[in-house]
Amino acid sequence: MKLKNYRGFIILLLLLIIPLVAESNYLYSTLVIIGLYAIIVQGLGILMGYAGQVSFGHAAFFGLGGYTAAIISTRFHWPTLLALLASAILPGIIAGLIGRQTLKLRELYLALATLSFGILVHIFFNEGGELTGGPSGMSGIPNLSIGSFEFDSDQKFYLLVWLILLMLLIGIYNLVHSRTGRALCSIRESEYAAENAGIDCARLKLQAFVFSALLAGLAGGLYAFYVSFISPSPFSFHTSVQFVLMAVIGGLGTFWGPVIGAVVVVALNELLREIVPLLIPGAGGEYQIIIYGVILVGLMIFQPKGLSGMGQYFRIPLKKQLKADVKIRG
Amino acid sequence: MLLELSGVTKHFGGIAAVKDIGFRVAEGSIVALIGPNGAGKTTLFNIITGTLPPEKGLIVIKGRDIVGLKPFEIASAGITRTFQNLQLFSNMTVLENVMAGAHLRSKKGFLRSFFTFPGNCREERKIREESLTLLEDIGLVETAGLFASELPFGKQRLLEIARALASHPALVLLDEPAAGLNPAETEILTGYLKELKTKGTAMILIEHDMQTVMEAADRIVVLNFGQMIAEGTPAEIQANTEVIKAYLGEDEKIA
Repeated sequence: MKLKNYRGFIILLLLLIIPLVAESNYLYSTLVIIGLYAIIVQGLGILMGYAGQVSFGHAAFFGLGGYTAAIISTRFHWPTLLALLASAILPGIIAGLIGRQTLKLRELYLALATLSFGILVHIFFNEGGELTGGPSGMSGIPNLSIGSFEFDSDQKFYLLVWLILLMLLIGIYNLVHSRTGRALCSIRESEYAAENAGIDCARLKLQAFVFSALLAGLAGGLYAFYVSFISPSPFSFHTSVQFVLMAVIGGLGTFWGPVIGAVVVVALNELLREIVPLLIPGAGGEYQIIIYGVILVGLMIFQPKGLSGMGQYFRIPLKKQLKADVKIRG
Repeated sequence: MLLELSGVTKHFGGIAAVKDIGFRVAEGSIVALIGPNGAGKTTLFNIITGTLPPEKGLIVIKGRDIVGLKPFEIASAGITRTFQNLQLFSNMTVLENVMAGAHLRSKKGFLRSFFTFPGNCREERKIREESLTLLEDIGLVETAGLFASELPFGKQRLLEIARALASHPALVLLDEPAAGLNPAETEILTGYLKELKTKGTAMILIEHDMQTVMEAADRIVVLNFGQMIAEGTPAEIQANTEVIKAYLGEDEKIA
């Protein structure tokens, strides 16, 4: 195990201390949202960036996680930790059920199928009557607690979310640097060749899909406990597009891309909300959206492989590492 | 016998792409599959590897019927292939291509990959070592860290062969491995295939270059319009009038 491979984790850990010094609730709550999105986009990144399968329906898994946690903890009064667990597992099961058929589709058709799944689930949240509380949603979700320890402040939640993200990142780091990660990439590159090399593509794609749904559901559960109120609006098609956007902006098929994408997209939204009214007096939300769009288009033109592609300017090329390897072998 | 085909038939629309094909491949032997363009050679490869289901016929490897199995199952039964129009993993390195080809040599699944540190994985180190050795043998080790798409065409062909061999298959199907290679590269390839054969790997070879075929093959199967018109040793095939007719056309009587 080489320390330099874990450089990124160490930098992240150090960055996580800064908000604790700043002690601003606004910063905490923004970082909780970024952390939740990063969890979702990391999963989506495995599906899209590594296995090469598009999904425009991940807001649905996010929402299913949120509603599962809300319903189980308020209606059935399960311990919140169990409810959180269920909020990951149920979307995973649903992904397993729909994935078997859906993942046979390719590219645009897969995009359309996942998109319609997302819309369908969103309609279900709105029209769920007693079960989901309809358009006005459900309130009174209890605080998440482990034993007698309650996550009742922004600071505690911030630490919880980023700790979970950090653990997931380590697992995903292992995953993408393993035999399985390689197999996922080869599906993206040529499913035909991967299949003929003995890789069970259908099974692996399904596993990646279920994995990404588990993470989205987990983030949804955490979201429900954090906000303590849930309604259909944060889980619309628009949110699914945001997730895809974060994955692409960060860089598809890169390890740090999803985290970078989540940070940049959320931070950009927040910054524009502050800055635009200062620059253009009396500017409404529509100006924000226009500038937001221009910046994103600019990013895609000048950095089409995503922001984490910029890391190549700092990294030792693999070529050199390998030459060293070959030399050692004599 | 390693592989036995009998009565293999497949139609596309009304046309018989391959019809009633039957031949055998002995362990560690090279069988060349020749015939004019459109004779059904690549179709036959697609049928053997499970990409296309045959309508009729038996395909038996090591006594096990593989008709109806999925391509990845057939790969794990010991048959891998290369592609006429290359199917490399372009955005992966040369080494990663070969290591992906060695997928069947290790077992770790999705969950276990998630929970094990890559640096601590003995299986992974073994695969890496083996893949580097394979690249050394085929003369690509210097390029191990390049993306597959960065290689010149001839080397891409060699990389496909290396990837197909990485899982230690009993039988490799090579679809025009020498197409686009210069004479020097072709010679290296022929030498490598012969060496591979002495190590016990059987091959079916689609090839248009007759010199390579006659030199490398133990037996030759000739297809024409989906039919098998001849099967035999290189010497027998060279003397076969049917084959000469298919390749050169019939003698015209001058009145």
